[in-house]
Amino acid sequence: MRVEALVKRRKYSLIFFSILLVFTLASIIVTDFDVTKGFTCIPKAIVWSTKNFYPNADSLEKIPKILTKLKETVFLSVASTTVAAAFATFFALFGSHTTRINGFLSILIRGIASLFRNIPVVAWAMILLFSFGQSSLTGYFALFFVTLGFLTRAFMETIDETSKESVEALKAAGASYFQIIFQAVIPSSLPQMISWMLFMIETNIRSATLVGILTGTGIGFIFNLYYKSFQYNAASLVVVFIVITVFAIEFISNYVRRVIL
Amino acid sequence: MNLLEIKNLTKQYGAETLALSDVNFSVKEGEFISVIGPSGAGKSTLLRCINRMIDATSGEVIFDGVNVYDLDKKELRKLRTKIGMIFQHYNLVNRLTVIENVLHGRLGYKSTLAGILGRYSEEEKRQAFEIIEILGLSHQVYKRCDQLSGGQKQRVGIARALIQNPKMLLCDEPIASLDPNVSKVIMDHLKNISTKLGITCLVNLHQVDVAMNYSDRIIGINNGKVVYNGPPNLTPEQIYMIYGSEAGELIMDLGGKNAS
Amino acid sequence: MELNESLKSLWAEFQRQEQSAVSKKLKIRKANKASIVMNITLVSLALLTIYGFFTFDYKGVNILEAVIATITNLKPMFLEPRFNHFGLGKGLYQVVVTLGLTFLTTLIGGTIALFLGLLAAQNLSSKNVSNLIKGFVAFVRAVPTVLWVLIFAVAAGLGSVAAVIGMTFHTVGYLIKAYSESFEELDEGVIEALKASGANWWQIVFQAVIPSSVTYLLSWTFMRFEINYMNAVAMGAAAGAGGIGYELFMASGYYFDLREVGLITYFILAIAIMLEYISIKLKIKVL
Repeated sequence: MRVEALVKRRKYSLIFFSILLVFTLASIIVTDFDVTKGFTCIPKAIVWSTKNFYPNADSLEKIPKILTKLKETVFLSVASTTVAAAFATFFALFGSHTTRINGFLSILIRGIASLFRNIPVVAWAMILLFSFGQSSLTGYFALFFVTLGFLTRAFMETIDETSKESVEALKAAGASYFQIIFQAVIPSSLPQMISWMLFMIETNIRSATLVGILTGTGIGFIFNLYYKSFQYNAASLVVVFIVITVFAIEFISNYVRRVIL
Repeated sequence: MNLLEIKNLTKQYGAETLALSDVNFSVKEGEFISVIGPSGAGKSTLLRCINRMIDATSGEVIFDGVNVYDLDKKELRKLRTKIGMIFQHYNLVNRLTVIENVLHGRLGYKSTLAGILGRYSEEEKRQAFEIIEILGLSHQVYKRCDQLSGGQKQRVGIARALIQNPKMLLCDEPIASLDPNVSKVIMDHLKNISTKLGITCLVNLHQVDVAMNYSDRIIGINNGKVVYNGPPNLTPEQIYMIYGSEAGELIMDLGGKNAS
Repeated sequence: MELNESLKSLWAEFQRQEQSAVSKKLKIRKANKASIVMNITLVSLALLTIYGFFTFDYKGVNILEAVIATITNLKPMFLEPRFNHFGLGKGLYQVVVTLGLTFLTTLIGGTIALFLGLLAAQNLSSKNVSNLIKGFVAFVRAVPTVLWVLIFAVAAGLGSVAAVIGMTFHTVGYLIKAYSESFEELDEGVIEALKASGANWWQIVFQAVIPSSVTYLLSWTFMRFEINYMNAVAMGAAAGAGGIGYELFMASGYYFDLREVGLITYFILAIAIMLEYISIKLKIKVL
C-alpha cells in the first residue's frame, strides 16, 4: 500500500517535471533566449553598474528636475487611485453578494471589473494615446481604469468578508438599504478598503514609471531620457529617488495599517 | 391569543431540496418555545421565513393579525421592527462600540437620513443605556465589540433586539458558540425577557437539555417537517423520534445527567 | 417585577446624572486613534488628489474633446478589429512568445525564490539571514520592473535575455515573501520532531517543509504567472522584449492603426481572463 503510494507519487513528479522541461525548452526556443548569456549577463551587469551606474557630482545638479518629474508621478498615482477608489466603492456595493440590489447588475459589474483589470496598463495607455497624446492624462486614465477594475474586486471581497453577518442583523431589525450601508458595511469594511488603496498607490508608482516611458511623462520619461543619452549617473539617481519614494510610501502605509486594522 | 400562526409553510431550494414542508403551528403571546432538531433539519430556514429574511415558497405567516407575505417592502421593514432577532455569531458591527451597536436596533424606526448619520434622540440613547445596564454591560459601553467576549457580544445582540421594543424575539442558536456557564447567563436573560417583559421567544436550540429546562413548549423538526409539538418534558422515545439516528448520543447525555 | 424595579431605580439614577452633567447630551461615540488616523488618511488623499489635478501637465489637451475622441475611437477599435500588418498566425505566435517569456521568468524566479524563501523563513533560518534577505527583497521590489529590464539591457542588449532576467528580479522578490510566509505557517512541532529524530536541515526541508506547503507554493507561483504575463506584455511594448506587447506598441505608436490595437487587445485580454479563471479555480482547490 505504502510502496504503491510512493511509486504513484514518484510517477506524478516525473510527469510534472517532464512537462516543465518541455515547456522550458519550448519557451527558450520561441523567445530566442540565450541561456549562457542569461547566466553571464548578471555578473556583467553587476560589474557594469559598479563602474557606471552610480550618482556622481555632476548628476546631483539634475536633482531639481528629477524631483519635479517625481512629484508628477506620485500625484498621478495618488490621484488615479483615490478617484478610482471612489468609483470602485459604488461598483462594489452594487456588485457584492451582500449588498447588491439586483442580480443582473451585480454580474454586469463583475464582468466590467474583470475586463478593466485584465487589460494591461500598457494596452490602456496605447488605446488612450490616440486621443490624449503625450499628456499626463493618458497615464492618468490608464492607471485609473486598471485600478478601478482591481479595487472593485478587492472591495467586493472585503464587503462580503467583513459585513455579511451584521448586514443580516440590521436587515432583520428593519433598517433600510442606505442605513445598512452607512451603519454596517462602511464601518466594517473601511479599514480594509483603505489598506487596499494604499497598496494600489504603491503599485501605481511603479506602473506610472512604466507608462511614463511610453507616454513621455513623469519620472519614467526622465529616466528614459538619461538612459537613452547614456547619462547613466543621472539615470541611477532617478532609481535612487524612486526607491526612496516607494520606501517612504511603504513606511506610511505600514504605519496606517498597523493603527487601523 | 395567538401572536404567531404558521400555516402550510413550505420552502423549496432548487427543484429537489425541500427545506420546509407543510409546517403548521401557532405561538401564544408571551410563550417561550424552543425549536429543536438535527442540524440541517430546517430550523434556521424556519426562523428566517417568519420575518422573511428568506422568502418561503408557499404558505402563510400570520404575525399579530397580519399575513407577513402580503406586505410590501416598506410595510415589511415596519413589521421587522416588531420582531427582534438574535444570532449564533452575534452579527454585530465589530468595529463599532457597544452603544452604537445597540442603537442599531432603532434604525427601523428612523428616517433614512437620520439613520445614515447615526443621529439618535436623547430618549433613544437613554433607553439604550438602561438596557445595557440591565444586561450588565455598563462597563463596556464605549468598548469596541471586537474587544468583547462571546457572552458579552451575545448580550449586546440581545440589547440590540430589545431596544426595538419587539413583540417577539427570534433566536437562532443563541448559545451554540458559547461555553455552558455563559450559555446559562444568556438563557436566563432570554427567559427573563419572556416572563417579565412578556415578549414571546422562539428559540432554535441544539441542546435538548437546555430546551427542556427553559421552554414552555417544544417543537421538534426533522427533515423540514414538524414531528413534535408539545410539552417540554420529552421522553427518550420522543427524542429519538425528533433526532432519528442522531439521538443515541443525546439520550445517553440526558441519562448521565439524570443519574448524577 | 424585579426588572421593573431595577428600571425605575435606573431611571432615577439617570435623571440625577443628567442634572449634574454639564452637557445634557449622551455621548455615543468616542474618538479613538484608529478612526482619527483613517480620517486623516482619507482627507490627505483627497487633498493630494485635488492638488494633483492642478499640477498635471495637460499639454493643452481639451479633456472633453479627448474623451469624445476616445469614445469615437473605441468603435473601430473594438467593433471592427482586424490585422493589417501581420496575420492571425503571427499574432498567435507572438502571444506564445509572450507566454514563453512569462514561463521562463516564473520558472527561474520560482526556483531562486524557493531557496531564498527557505533562508528567509524565520523558523528555518537565523534571524539575521532572514532579515538580510527580507531587506534585499524590499529593495528589489521598490525598483519598477521596467527599470530592472533596462539596466540589464545595457549588459545583455535589448531582447528576451534582459527582459527575462529583469522581470525575474521582481518575481523573486514577490515569491520569497509569499513562500517564506507559507513556510512560517508550518507547525513548529513537525520540525522539532524531525530534529529530535536526528534529521539534518536538508532532510527536514525536503521531507516536511516542502511537501506540506507544496499546494500553497503552486498557488502563489501561478498567481505570479498571471502578474508576469502582464509584465511580459508591458516589457514587449516598453523594453523591446518582443511578443504581443511589441506588436501592440507598433500598432499604436508607429502605424496608428486603431483596428489592429483593438484586435491585439482582445488577444491579450483573452489570455489574461483565461489565466485569472485558472488561478481562481486553483485557489478554491487549495484553500
